[in-house]
Amino acid sequence: MARRYLLWFAQEHLDFRHAEMHSIFSMLNIPLKFIENPSINLPYWIVELPSEICAKQIASRSVLLKNCLELWSRAKSEAKLHENLKSSVKNKSGKWIVTNSNNEISESHICPSELLDAVSDPNKTFKVDVETFCKHFTMKQKVEKIENFSYLPLEGAVNLNKPDVTLSYIEFYGVDPNNVPQHPCDLFFGKWIADGQRDLIKFHTLKKREFIGNTSMDAQLSIIMANQAQVAPGDVVLDPFVGSGSLLVSAAHFGGYIWGTDIDFMMLHARTRPTRVGQKVRNKEESIRGNMKQYGIRSQYLDVLVSDFSRPLWRQDLKFDALITDPPYGVREPTEKIGIEKDNYSLSEQHLDNHIPSKVEYGLPHIYSDLLNFAAQHLSIGRRLVCWYPLVRDEYLEEQLPSHPCMQLVGNSEQVLSKMTSRRLLTYQKISDDIPNMPHDPHGAAHNFRDKYFAVGEISRREKKERRAEEIAKTAFYLKAKREECKKE
Amino acid sequence: MLTSKCLRGVVTGYPLAINATIINITEVDYNPEFITRIIPKLDWEVLWRAADSIGHSDGLPQTIEPKFEENNEFLKKVHRVLLEVDIEEGNLVCPESGRRFPISKGIPNMLLTEAEVQ
Repeated sequence: MARRYLLWFAQEHLDFRHAEMHSIFSMLNIPLKFIENPSINLPYWIVELPSEICAKQIASRSVLLKNCLELWSRAKSEAKLHENLKSSVKNKSGKWIVTNSNNEISESHICPSELLDAVSDPNKTFKVDVETFCKHFTMKQKVEKIENFSYLPLEGAVNLNKPDVTLSYIEFYGVDPNNVPQHPCDLFFGKWIADGQRDLIKFHTLKKREFIGNTSMDAQLSIIMANQAQVAPGDVVLDPFVGSGSLLVSAAHFGGYIWGTDIDFMMLHARTRPTRVGQKVRNKEESIRGNMKQYGIRSQYLDVLVSDFSRPLWRQDLKFDALITDPPYGVREPTEKIGIEKDNYSLSEQHLDNHIPSKVEYGLPHIYSDLLNFAAQHLSIGRRLVCWYPLVRDEYLEEQLPSHPCMQLVGNSEQVLSKMTSRRLLTYQKISDDIPNMPHDPHGAAHNFRDKYFAVGEISRREKKERRAEEIAKTAFYLKAKREECKKE
Repeated sequence: MLTSKCLRGVVTGYPLAINATIINITEVDYNPEFITRIIPKLDWEVLWRAADSIGHSDGLPQTIEPKFEENNEFLKKVHRVLLEVDIEEGNLVCPESGRRFPISKGIPNMLLTEAEVQ
C-alpha cells in the first residue's frame, strides 16, 4: 500500500532542493507524487511513496533532507490535528479518508487505523519527539504537549534511549524568526522512518580533512553534486579539474571508483603553499590518495594524473559513468593550458627532465565547450555531467548557458557568491550518441567571467573609494565649522 | 586506458608501454561487482601485456573466458593487478614516438612541453 511521507528539509541551499531530490528519485526509480504542491519557502514536502524501503533509500542519499516521517496527521491548528488523529483510531477502511479532494491542503485527511495499530504492540517500546520550528519550548511544556496524545492506542512502555518506535510531533511557526505567530501555523504527527545525510557533512568536513586546497568544495555541496551525478556503487567517475579531489570524496562515499586529472603538478603532489592558517609546510602524506584512506574508501581510488584538459588523453571508446567537476573560474585559480607566446621555442635535452612548462590562458568558454564535447564523447548514454558555472548575476540568461546537442540540461541551481556574482550548478544528461562536430559556443564571448568579475569589482572599488573620500571631506568640513564656532565664542 | 594522442603527429598513441622502477603493493577491499563491471571497459590484451611487462601477470589468462563473472579466483587476480599494484616511480612510453611520461609518487605526468604544443 502506498503511504504518505513527510520529507523535512534543511532550510538552506533552497535552489538545490528540487534538483537533488529529482536526481535521487530518478536514480532509484521511485515515482514522485506530491500530495500537496510544495512551496520553496516551506521546509517540507508531503509525498506518496510506494513503500517504506523507498523512503529509507531516499534518506540514505539526500544531504538536504533532515528526516522522513510516515505521516499520520497534518492540520493547521492543534485542535484539528487531535480531531483527525482521534478519527483515525476509528478509521478501519484501510485507506486515507479524503473528504474534499479539491482542497489543496491535506488538513482534513484522516489516516487508516492500521498505521497506528502497527505500533500499538505491548512489546514495542516507544518515545515521542517534539520539534518546534522557529519557536522554543521548555522540556516541561513539551511533555505537556505529549500528554495531549494520551488517547493514542500505544500499549508498549516508554523508552527514551533505544525505542522500537519513535513518534514525532512537529509544530511549525513559519520561517520568519522576527515575526513568530502565537499559535503554530502547521502541525504534523507521524512515525519517524529515517534521517537524511546531514551527519555526513560533519564527517566529511574540510576542517578535519588532511589534504585541502584553496578552492576545495565544501562537503555539503560536493555531496549534492555526487547525488545529481547519480553516482552509484561501482560507477567509474572522472573529475578533469580535480585539484585537491574534494568532489571525488563524496563520489567515492557513494561507491564510485574515481579518476582525476589536473594541469597543476604542484597541487597533485601537494607541494603548493598550505591552505590552513598557521601551517608552514604541507605534510608528506597529503594527497588525494591519503584523503581516500582517511575516509576508509582507499579501495575506490583508481588514479590521478597530471594532464592538460585541452589535449586528448583517454582512449577514444572509453566510457565514464559520471563526470563531476568544478573548473577554475580564472579568479582564485587560473584558467590555463600548456603553451607559450614565443615562436619557435625549444628546450635543451638536459632541462627536459624536471621541466615545468609555461602556460597560456585557457578561456572559460573554451573550457566549457571542451567539457561538453568530452562528455558527449566519453559518457555512457543516460549518464550525467555535473559542473559549476560562474556568472555575473545581472547578465544571466538561461539560453546562453553552454549547450551541446547530445547533452540535455536537467538541473540548474544557483548559489549566490556576492551581490554581483553567483555560480550555477549545471547538470547535463547525455541523450544521444550521435556526436556532431561542434564549433565553439557562439555565446562564449559573452561569458568571460574573469574580465567581468574584475570589471564589476573595479566599479564598486572605485565607488567605495569615492564614497570614503566624500565622507572624509564632510567630516573635515564639519570639524572646521565647529572649530570656527568655538573661536567665535 | 591512456593514450599519447596529445603529441603532434601521433595517430593512435596506444597502448602506452610501462617502465616501472618502484612498484608498491597495497591491499585494498575486494569488490567483485566493480571488477565485473570494469572488465568490459578494459582492453584485455593490453592489460595483460602491461601486467606481464611489470612481472605481475602470473595466473592471468591471456584471453577472457566467456563466463568470467562466475570465476571468483579470476576476478580476484584482476582486482590485484587493477587496484593493488601501484607503480610509484617509472615511465609511460609512447609507442609511436618513444616520448616518455614520468610517473612520480604514483602520479603520471602527461604534460607536454611548450615546444610540443606549438
